[in-house]
Amino acid sequence: MKSRHILLGTIAAVALGAGAATAEGIKVGMITTLSGGGAGLGIDVRDGFNLALKRAGATDVEVIVEDDQQKPDVAVQIADKMIQSDQVDVLTGIIWSNLAMAVVPAAVAQGKFYLSPNAGPSALAGAGCNQNYFNVAWQNDNLHEAAGAYANSAGYKNSFMLAPNYPAGTDAITGYKRFYEGAAAGEVYTQLGQTDYAVEIGQIRASGADSVFFFLPGGMGIAFMKQYAESGVDIPLIGPAFSFDQNILQAVGDAALGVRNTSQWNKDLDNEANTAFVEAFQAEYGRLPSLYASQGYDTANLLLSAKAKADVADQDAFRAALEAADFASTRGEFRFGPNHHPIQDIYVREVVKEGDIYTNKLVGVALEDRGDAYAEECKM
Amino acid sequence: MMLLSEQVLNGLQYGMTLFLMAAGLTLVFGVMGLINLAHGSLYMLGAFACAWVAGATGSFALGLIASLSAAAAAGALVEVVVIRRLYARDHLEQVLATFALILVFSEGARWVFGSFPLYLTLPSALSGAVMLPGGLQYPLFRLAIIGVGVAVAVGLWLLISRTRLGIRIRAGEADREMVAALGVDIARLYTAVFALGAALAGLAGALVGTIQSVQVGMGEPVLILAFVVIVIGGIGSIKGAFVAALLVGLTDALGKALLPSLFARVMEVSAANGIGTALGSMLIYILMAGVLIWRPQGLYGARA
Repeated sequence: MKSRHILLGTIAAVALGAGAATAEGIKVGMITTLSGGGAGLGIDVRDGFNLALKRAGATDVEVIVEDDQQKPDVAVQIADKMIQSDQVDVLTGIIWSNLAMAVVPAAVAQGKFYLSPNAGPSALAGAGCNQNYFNVAWQNDNLHEAAGAYANSAGYKNSFMLAPNYPAGTDAITGYKRFYEGAAAGEVYTQLGQTDYAVEIGQIRASGADSVFFFLPGGMGIAFMKQYAESGVDIPLIGPAFSFDQNILQAVGDAALGVRNTSQWNKDLDNEANTAFVEAFQAEYGRLPSLYASQGYDTANLLLSAKAKADVADQDAFRAALEAADFASTRGEFRFGPNHHPIQDIYVREVVKEGDIYTNKLVGVALEDRGDAYAEECKM
Repeated sequence: MMLLSEQVLNGLQYGMTLFLMAAGLTLVFGVMGLINLAHGSLYMLGAFACAWVAGATGSFALGLIASLSAAAAAGALVEVVVIRRLYARDHLEQVLATFALILVFSEGARWVFGSFPLYLTLPSALSGAVMLPGGLQYPLFRLAIIGVGVAVAVGLWLLISRTRLGIRIRAGEADREMVAALGVDIARLYTAVFALGAALAGLAGALVGTIQSVQVGMGEPVLILAFVVIVIGGIGSIKGAFVAALLVGLTDALGKALLPSLFARVMEVSAANGIGTALGSMLIYILMAGVLIWRPQGLYGARA
């Protein structure tokens, strides 16, 4: 692998020397969720991405943004339009794994690069991996694996597990169970986009669990947390950062205080790139960034780092430049594994209140240098 | 046992919100013969009105009043401006026109409130859980919704069976030409019925929006279920809508809660989960199909 890296790096350097690179701009198509219960995630990814471009002064990167409404059919239509009539070079932006599964395989088959700022379904990390597909966030299982590891260290022996019924939901429970060693008090898949959790909360109450692991991103998480707080059930909650992101916490308020969750990023991660990012994001948008915003920001910086080394028209050189991941990530150290998914540390955070704002603070490391479980199945 | 009684309450609460939606829909369909797809938009409108007023004034009661009056006013306006021209047309044109209304309402709400969901805070008097006899804890607000549903059902029953307006509604349902010939101002009657239905939808939206979220497009999934309810109950029948709404609510809640564990007795847990969850969400449609085979006109439907 390493020798291949060097080889590809050399090719990239030659291409750069030949003066072919960086003459042309790059056209980016961003398909993301800007309306409905999942809007908070897409808005943060978009804003993080745009912030990175603005800070770099990258005027030759043109970004076309479209709202997929969290619907796979809409996402496919937008992707077709962006590839065929807008002729974008790179696609990015998709939040939801079911949408990614509908768009990504076809897009990379048509020779486009896809940089995922969020969704990392297992099917695209293993046998279905592709040389033009890069995930800048995580493989879906990662944060849930860390939650499982944390559950062991917290001494939980009987977890109730709850996730939506779509690729990232099954990845979530698979990931949790890969590390969690206790018993399962219950395992429930809900509808994607569900907003009433009375039935599931009733099941949790009757289950005799000592902990509730749940993965409910966006509006689903807000609805669940609010209803859970009203229900009188007081079994401790654990989950990935998606269930406790900046938007969810503001809507849920006190009910989330003290809850532990797992994330590859937090605003108080101590590195130069992150400090600058958090400051600039607040100055630009007047709110705290979420992990989604950091992922959007990293995705844009990865793209810019590759653009500085190679012309996107020279696919092999551009791919090698992406693989090198030569950019300052908000997560600190960042590198890609053999299947183009990150190898990174995953942290434990706790929900706290700073002034009037609910946010997370780092309390420890759950998993160090974590790649993913599917890399071996990937043959590029 | 505890699980069962909690899920029965969940089913009742869900059924009551469906009833609030279905009551207006079935009245409009029964009295005016109109298919109103925009009923879900009135539900959304009620929720937004409640969220906005409750947010601005800090009073949930004012929010509820706002949801009722905004939805009723919008209903009356829509009836006078658009719907009135559709009574004589066939159902396809009604569906097209009211679908257009959905788009107008949705884009209007997006324009005014943005596409980010709004979240309401429960009034402190109605927040938290209460201990019921038998040791079951249950959220107070959901109990309040059941109470509101029962009160509306009783009120509607009194209105239809005991008042002059009710007599006119029933007469209009039976033979609208004859009612008009007898000197009843049928146009005003229709506007009143439409506004009443809209107000109930708005109330449902405000109540559900309070425990879930208020967002553009929240009305359409509920609209589909409300249609299922009025088809099961029999078109035009308030009593049918009430019984069918409770039936659908209970079937949905109990199916989702009990099916996976039922299947787990005969097969492996993860497979049972998958099949149970899938079947649980289909159950109300299976129920509808079953009722229609048994009684094609619905449980309390008058016309075949």
